[in-house]
Amino acid sequence: MLFFTKTALGNLLRKYSTRMYPHVVREPFKDARGELYNEIDKCIFCMKCSKVCPSQCITVNNKAATWECDPFACVYCGVCVENCPVSCLHMKPAYRKAVYNRELIHMQGELKKKKTASAPKTTPEVATAANPDDLGESPE
Amino acid sequence: MARTIIPFGPQHPVLPEPIHLKLVVEDEIVKEALPAIGYVHRGLEKLADIRDYNQMIQIVERVCGICSMIHAMCYCQGLEEMMKVEAPSRAKFLRVIWSELHRMHSHLLWLGLFADAFGFEALFMQFWKIRERIMDINEATAGNRVIVSVNVVGGVRRDLSPEQCRWILKELEEVERQIKELQSTMLKDYSVCKRTKGIGVLTKEQAHELGAAGPLLRASGWAQDCRQLGYAAFPELDFSPVFHTDGDCWARGWVRFMETLQSINLVRQAIAKLPQGELAAKVKGNPEGEIVTRVEQPRGELLYYIKANGKKNLERLRIRTPTFANVPPLLAMLPGVELANVPVVVLSIDPCISCTER
Repeated sequence: MLFFTKTALGNLLRKYSTRMYPHVVREPFKDARGELYNEIDKCIFCMKCSKVCPSQCITVNNKAATWECDPFACVYCGVCVENCPVSCLHMKPAYRKAVYNRELIHMQGELKKKKTASAPKTTPEVATAANPDDLGESPE
Repeated sequence: MARTIIPFGPQHPVLPEPIHLKLVVEDEIVKEALPAIGYVHRGLEKLADIRDYNQMIQIVERVCGICSMIHAMCYCQGLEEMMKVEAPSRAKFLRVIWSELHRMHSHLLWLGLFADAFGFEALFMQFWKIRERIMDINEATAGNRVIVSVNVVGGVRRDLSPEQCRWILKELEEVERQIKELQSTMLKDYSVCKRTKGIGVLTKEQAHELGAAGPLLRASGWAQDCRQLGYAAFPELDFSPVFHTDGDCWARGWVRFMETLQSINLVRQAIAKLPQGELAAKVKGNPEGEIVTRVEQPRGELLYYIKANGKKNLERLRIRTPTFANVPPLLAMLPGVELANVPVVVLSIDPCISCTER
């Protein structure tokens, strides 16, 4: 009889089990798979990531040197990260924040020149602009 | 009173997933139940035609969120056997650790839902609070909370460091203490027993004839568990199935409660015996042939049939999940049950309709 009383009273005295999210956010775990990002200046546009992706969320254009990822289709499995030959893909431990609009992660890189030793390193332009044309309607 | 047909589901407060039952009742006593499914069919098996066999690992994980790792493990084991690759022994132990963590969080989720079904919401929150610790272990070690994605054909992708092992053991100690604190409430409380004892009885003979699987089978007196087949590292661990002879809703709760504690014990054993070595064996070429593999899911026996013809896409993938096996016993249990007890009986088989329909 009254087996739960001890637990219920204990809960009254313990600290809260919940957090006032999003004002209070727990530190992410070190190895958690959060948001995917590409170090575009290292990327060689080999298209390996788009081929291995089980949800087909990555689009690479090796002529225009663009790399795109649909974060709403990404399943955060990390297979692309492991298969990247130049290790330019990474996953941040923190999750993506909630957003109002569906936006692709669009990155513009620069094609690597073929074997021109001691070529001056150029810093490529990194753009994360939205591309609302391919995205369908926004949640509103 | 004349016979009346009452629709139960597909949307019902106690049902986590959509199943529709037409309940033929007479004076609030169920006489017959007619099931209808097909609300969450996603055509996952057909995807095997257009995705290569490595991409299918992530896809089969999405058959069921609660036991995602076990689906992927079953699929990878099948392909390993077909391609004559032996997973390294460290990978086998790591698979046991993650699969038992999944069983634990699945059972804790079910214990909470079951408590909710008989109206004990405080107990429901308490079980789910404990479950959060297991989810944290999954996230810290495998990268994600639910769909951990640790399997590859030939082994596993992630490793556990000695610090992580120590942390898991420390967390599990606290989990075990908290679960044991709820043991008397779950198994001895007057109101819980009143709602579960002697309700929805499935006899030992019925369970055998109707092909029940998992805790439903074990609660009816059969000490059968697919882990006895000795897949992954189970042959090296001390394991014997938990079973009960009552065959009612209470016995199913008891079996799952004890299995949660058993899983903690299995994780401890696996961590203690964790050998050093490689994480994955090298796999070359494409699979060819056909194979059937079985593993024990939290809900029972999971069966994969894989047919491949030497191409990178599989020719056929067929999945049989335990809830599919447990629907006929459910229909045998429902006649004679009062209408108010139907949610408890339906929940007692731990229905996973997403698994069943894929």
